[in-house]
This record gives sequence, structure tokens and C-alpha cells, in this order.
Amino acid sequence: MRGLLSVYKREIKSYFVTPVAYVFLVIFLILSAFLTFQRGFFEARQATLRVFFANMPLLFLFLVPAIAMRLWAEERRSNSIELLFTLPISTPQAVLGKFLAAWTVLAIALALTFPIVVTVAYLGNPDWGPILTGYFGSLVLAGAYLAIGSLFSALSRNQVIAFILAVVACGAFYSAGSPTVMAFVARVFSGGLAEAVEMLSFQSRFESIQRGVLEVRDLAFFVLLAAGSLWANMMILEERKAA
Amino acid sequence: MIDVKELRKAFGPIQAVAGISFQAAKGDVLGFTGPNGAGKSTTMKMLSCFLSPDSGTATVAGYDILGQSFQVRQNLGYLAENAPTYEEMTPLSFLRFACDVRGIVGAAREGAIERIEDTCALAGVMHQPIGTLSKGYRRRVGLAQALVHDPPVLILDEPTDGLDPNQKHDVRMLIKSLAAEKCIVISTHILEEVDACCNRWMIISRGRVVADSTPDELREREGGSLDEIFRKLTSHDATVRTPQEGEAA
Repeated sequence: MRGLLSVYKREIKSYFVTPVAYVFLVIFLILSAFLTFQRGFFEARQATLRVFFANMPLLFLFLVPAIAMRLWAEERRSNSIELLFTLPISTPQAVLGKFLAAWTVLAIALALTFPIVVTVAYLGNPDWGPILTGYFGSLVLAGAYLAIGSLFSALSRNQVIAFILAVVACGAFYSAGSPTVMAFVARVFSGGLAEAVEMLSFQSRFESIQRGVLEVRDLAFFVLLAAGSLWANMMILEERKAA
Repeated sequence: MIDVKELRKAFGPIQAVAGISFQAAKGDVLGFTGPNGAGKSTTMKMLSCFLSPDSGTATVAGYDILGQSFQVRQNLGYLAENAPTYEEMTPLSFLRFACDVRGIVGAAREGAIERIEDTCALAGVMHQPIGTLSKGYRRRVGLAQALVHDPPVLILDEPTDGLDPNQKHDVRMLIKSLAAEKCIVISTHILEEVDACCNRWMIISRGRVVADSTPDELREREGGSLDEIFRKLTSHDATVRTPQEGEAA
């Protein structure tokens, strides 16, 4: 626990003493607001945040790997990984500490979108349930993306490679449920494969959470995916810390 | 306090460490020398639990590096090659992190950091990002990290590399002053350093121990200067080739 907390604190500090966190927060806030208004927030004439949350899967697809890419690649490049793992810190503590710190930055980013909530509350009489589940779902979704990003960061000492691989992997989950992909899978492979692929879709699961439908299986999907990625992350580090 | 038994480690086809055994006790300052690629850093990485050996084991401060790696790391001060640190942090926050991890908190932490700031001559740079410091300061920050918890065993991989002559002298004096209470292993390419602060001299070559003695004893036995003894014992390791040979290979 001590190791986890120390790593967490160090990571959080390092996000905020370097420009990383600030650049991320500003870009995230600008893009999330821009996409919301550009995609018809006012035209919908409804006091909901559906348009706002609907952008999250796409926004996170690029921004979360950007936060995640430095997690381990940077440690390997500067060889501080040798310092980290010769301190009395276990691999799970280090992986979770870093993951939670990055997740906290993402949570701060989401929290800072509060003006849009204030806006709908001012303009109308919103239903608070979907707004709460929307935020909760966004946080869970970000966690799943982040765990995948952390895994790919552990694979390479090059941040650019880590970023690209993470975007591709997250992109696969992002696009899994889209009509184009589904039509392609259905044409090439017969049988239940299309359904199986659809079950991996981030989009459709996130949509139902965001509508206010909190189902255990959707949550379990994200949690298990994140846990599996982090577990693989630990295995990779155990196997080859040096590299 | 260090007991190494038949450590072996290979990287692919290269046998980096080919069965190294030695012991070191409290009061020992063991100078670990050898040509580049002889297996010095690899051995140190295994003793600090960063790499796991292919076979063999070792105990550090009474704990096994395989089964009790956590306790080993708790009782060890380790300075890795090139003294890696977190460059965006200041020495102060970096040392606080090193203390937190080891459970040194509150007043004890601030006291330990104050002491080490003095010992490692870091006053004046404690609030500057490490990345902006000179090489000498960075190495001393790394050294401070290894010493801040006052560990019984110290493993320092080239602690004076990149320091100016004055700083080298200071670090050697520091090592000497710590020697009585600790068991210290330092690797170095500077043989005068072995003479200056080590009471044991170990030479390894191609992953094996070729000499383990004191500088004086080796001088008596082999004759000549430390440099000559070193060359004599490791000459089969010679890696300098003429260009023709290089092309043929």
C-alpha cells in the first residue's frame, strides 16, 4: 500500500510540474466543448448532455493514449525503471499507482467540464440521472482506454510507438460495433462471429450507460478489460524490466 | 552481509555472468573492476533484484534475492549505472519520494533529507529540477537517494563517473567514512579509486572472477602497477581490433 501511494503521489506531481497535465486539460476541454456545440447541442432543443457524452469515445480514443504513452516508455527510456524497481515497490503497486494517477488526471478533466452542466441546468430542467451515469460511464470508459494504453506503453521504450499501438488497439474496440465493421465481419465470417465482435464494442456499451441504463454486464465488460490489460502490463514488466 | 553463490545470467547467446561467487562483510569496501562487458553491472543488477539470475542465488543483508526481494531492496542502497532519476522532479521531492517508499515519514524524513543534503553537498540545488543540474549534481542526487535511508549494504555502480577531480575525491572520502558501519560494493574503471578507498579488489572478466584480493596483495603477487595487473589478468578480453580484422569478422 505504501509503495502504491508513493508512486501515485509522485506521478500526480510529475503531471503537474510538467506541461503534460495542463496541455491535456486545455485540449480536452476545448475539444469536448467544440464537438458538443458543433454537433447540435442547441439545435436539439433539449436540456440533456447526450451530445456531449456521445463524443467521449472518439475524444478519448486519441487523448487517453496520449496520456498513457509516457507511463512506462518514459521510464524505460530514461532508465528510471531501474531506480523504481530497485526501491521496495512491487510490480502491481507500481502499475496500479501509475494507472490511478493517470486516471485521476482524466477524472479532473471530466470534472472541469462542469460549465456545460451548469449551462443545461440554466437553460432547462435536465434529468439528472443520465447526466450522472454519463459522467460515471465516461470515467469507466476512460479507465478501459487507459489500461490498454498503459499496456502498450510497457511494450516499447518509444513513446510514439506506444501511442500508435494504443490508438490502433483502442480503435479496434471503438469501431467494433460500427455498421461498416459489422457488415464486413458478417460478410467475411459466417455465424456468430459478428455478434461476438459487436459485444466488444465500446460505443454500444457506453451508449447504454450514458442513456442512464447501468447494467452490470456493461460495467463488468469495462472493468474486466481494464483489469486484464493491467494484469498483462504487470506480466510484461515482470518478464522484462530491463529491455 | 553479501553472499553470492554461483550467479549466472545470459542475454541470448551472450553469457554475461558465468558463475560468480564471493562474500563481503561489514567493513568491506569491495572494488569491483573489469573490462566493459565483463558482467559488473549485470551482477549488480541481480544483487539489487532488478534482474533475476538464470541460476544461482545470493543473500544481501541476510535476505535472499530471489525469495525476499522486498526485504533486500528495503535494506539496500543502490546507485544504478548513470544514476537514473526523475528529471522533472527537484532533488527535494525526489528524496521525499525515496523516503516515502521506504516508510520514512514526517520529521524523520525531513531530518534524513537534511542530513543527506549536507553529506552529498546538495545545498543550493534542492529546489531546481534535476534535469537542469550538471552531471556531477545529478550523480550526487542519485547517491543521496541510495544513502538517505542509511542502509547496511551499499551497491554503487560507477559512483564517481562524470565527476570532476574534487568531487571524485569527496565521494571517495564519503565512501571511506561510511565503510566501518556498512558493506559497500563499488564498480569503477578508475583503478586509483580502488587504491584510494577499497580494502578489497576484485577483477572480473568474461563473467568470471579472476582475482579477489587486496590491492597490496595483488601488487606483491603479480608485480607492477595496478594498471599492469589489470591488463595482465584481463588481456584475453582485448577487444581492440585492427580495421582489417574487424572487416574480416
